Amino acid sequence: MKFVDEFRNNEYSRKLVEKLNNISKEKINIMEVCGTHTMSIFRYGIRDVLPPNVNLISGPGCPICVTPQSYIDTTLTLSDKEDVIIATFGDMMKVPGKKSSLSKKKSEGADIRIVYSPMDCLEMAVQNPSKKVILLSVGFETTAPMTAVTAMEAKKRNITNLFFFTAHKIVPPVMKALVKDKDLKIDGFLLPGHVSAIIGTKPFEFLSKDYNISGVVTGFEPLDILQGLITLVSLISKKDYKIENEYKRIVKADGNSKAEIYLNKAFNIVDSSWRGIGRIHKSGLEFNNEYEDFDALKHFKINYEEYDGSPGCKCGEILKGKIKPTDCKLFKKLCTPENPVGSCMVSSEGTCAAYYRYYKDIT
Amino acid sequence: MCLAVPGKVLSLDGDKGIVEIGNIKREVFMHLISDVSVNEYVLVHAGCAIEKVDEEEAKITMDIFKELIENEVC
Amino acid sequence: MSDTITLSHGSGGIQTNKLINELFFKYFNNPILDMMNDSAQIDIDFKKLAFTTDSFVVNPIFFCGGNIGKLAVCGTVNDLAVSGAKPLYLTSAFIIEEGFSIKKLEEIVKSMAEEANKAGVKIVAGDTKVVEKGNVDGIFINTSGIGSIYENVNINCANAKAGDVVIINGTLGDHGMTIMCERNELGFEGDLKSDCACLNSLVDVMLEAYEGIHVIRDATRGGVAAVLNEISEFSNVTIALEENNLPLKEEVKGAAEMLGLDPLYVANEGKICVFVEEDYAEKVLNSMRKHPLGSEAAIIGKVTEELGNKVYLNTVVGGKRLVDMPSGIQLPRIC
Repeated sequence: MKFVDEFRNNEYSRKLVEKLNNISKEKINIMEVCGTHTMSIFRYGIRDVLPPNVNLISGPGCPICVTPQSYIDTTLTLSDKEDVIIATFGDMMKVPGKKSSLSKKKSEGADIRIVYSPMDCLEMAVQNPSKKVILLSVGFETTAPMTAVTAMEAKKRNITNLFFFTAHKIVPPVMKALVKDKDLKIDGFLLPGHVSAIIGTKPFEFLSKDYNISGVVTGFEPLDILQGLITLVSLISKKDYKIENEYKRIVKADGNSKAEIYLNKAFNIVDSSWRGIGRIHKSGLEFNNEYEDFDALKHFKINYEEYDGSPGCKCGEILKGKIKPTDCKLFKKLCTPENPVGSCMVSSEGTCAAYYRYYKDIT
Repeated sequence: MCLAVPGKVLSLDGDKGIVEIGNIKREVFMHLISDVSVNEYVLVHAGCAIEKVDEEEAKITMDIFKELIENEVC
Repeated sequence: MSDTITLSHGSGGIQTNKLINELFFKYFNNPILDMMNDSAQIDIDFKKLAFTTDSFVVNPIFFCGGNIGKLAVCGTVNDLAVSGAKPLYLTSAFIIEEGFSIKKLEEIVKSMAEEANKAGVKIVAGDTKVVEKGNVDGIFINTSGIGSIYENVNINCANAKAGDVVIINGTLGDHGMTIMCERNELGFEGDLKSDCACLNSLVDVMLEAYEGIHVIRDATRGGVAAVLNEISEFSNVTIALEENNLPLKEEVKGAAEMLGLDPLYVANEGKICVFVEEDYAEKVLNSMRKHPLGSEAAIIGKVTEELGNKVYLNTVVGGKRLVDMPSGIQLPRIC
């Protein structure tokens, strides 16, 4: 596969590993923010080949993990309604609410369908005129433009039985909250490559300008991640505080202007709750007045009250990178992929799930 | 939250296109892309193209990796 | 006959007999079945018998590369074959939803007869039940099978040893990926096709080149990851796989990348994993490659000297990652 296989080249990656291990012996903490980076790093065993002085921390870039439990419970309430089709990405199916999950509801007869693309919901709505299709729209800036495009297409085609239960969040504000946290010592960030494809590299410049923290925009193939780490470790060791782009084949400094237009057309930026972290100023997206009729909460007249998640769970500390999953008393004992307590274990890209799947017992 | 794969544009029809990824073809929405042509590559996330692949930049990156190996040999 | 199955077809009366005679017996005919006894009466010469059962509930019922009937025959034949037995006879029980198309049923039964014929097995007993609409998803099939175990063959799950080479007869994840894409109507077009096949003739070829073969197991639900973890546990060995050596069709790779799935965990229906002593690996590999169902056979890993039981993957980067037992079903993701 072009632009994939060559970035998984064996020979090059071993050379990059060698280079990475010969830059600096200084102890440094690097946070990778994007859940897809967490998955890739585990998938390719990159933690195994890091120099011992580099501590790689997983951050809150897993949108399922940071969505409050109240969202899950409300989706379950919506699934109970008559004549409703819940359309969801596969990621959401097994996330536990207080008493159930979408997967369990489906087994009990609720009409819950996995979609690959939000745009598939348009046809779903057209083919089921007597039903109300509700798309569970979670995700960061990579995915939110598609929700906007889908809503606009629905408006254009006068599709009136499609709704969205949105929980889109944006990344730079949560990073700001992290770097302001005095308990957290992060020397550099691996910046999310596909979020950056949409918003560009400029929204991350506050890290270097205001906080003397470097960041490298990184892709997701093993060569991308290794190169991103090499550049970041070099910047940190030279105390060269800047934002670099190591994913230039996809990311431009100004991002995708068309995507930004769609986002601005459909959404307002609002305060938003991040599970385990708290409420963060201007960190979420909500439909604006023009598109509010597509909002499922408004249409079904649901009084949505937020609450966080499971007690005893250390997901919040883990999402902020303060502790590792192995530091949590519940990890592997009470909290497993089969019986997850917190969302970090349930979402396949959640830090705890990744640790459990890929890392346990390997020495 | 960023699972996306590059694919080759086989055909275009307004805001839609057929993209091929590893011998699989799928309809992909092109609303977020300005100015794309057949045979170019786009990055596909959840059935939508979110950016074009800059083939020139990809080549530059690969050349840097190749140089690493060549320098070792020298 | 009517176009669709009705409750009468399962009631044991005239309609049932008509269905059996005009449909099932049209394709499943053999002297044992033709006797229409309440049980099949068979003369077999054996020292040790292998006996297995499996139920098939796949959705969609028809998919590229096969259907539920083909699966039902191949699945049971394969379970016998990988136990070191010559598959001989199958039973076949159908639970059919009221309203199911008789034309579709005929297609299913015809495939079963074709597969049974290819595998050299006879379907000698059967049953048909019809349930009310909504009580079953179209059609469920159970097949049970017996085979006679070859003398001097011991290919037990607990026999893997340090130094063994792990061979697979072809590409990973073809069946599961096909089913997932068709079931969820993901709009993917390509040459995705189930690898569903009876593997007994391939296993026979391998048993002829038998020396050094310790384990043969088929990889079905849970993919290669599941079967290797089982062998690792029963044999108490550590298995190291090589990411670079995993054979994959481009279509499966493409679909897996788009959906965020790991082909190691995706179901197969025509794949076996073989554990061979290193000295005999090349011989076994070559004999597999000469067979149509083994033409893409490849060495994918080995049993290491490490203590304990686990399965891990040596990645392209030179790192290691655990390949543990799958938990639940894999779902497509966008994160």
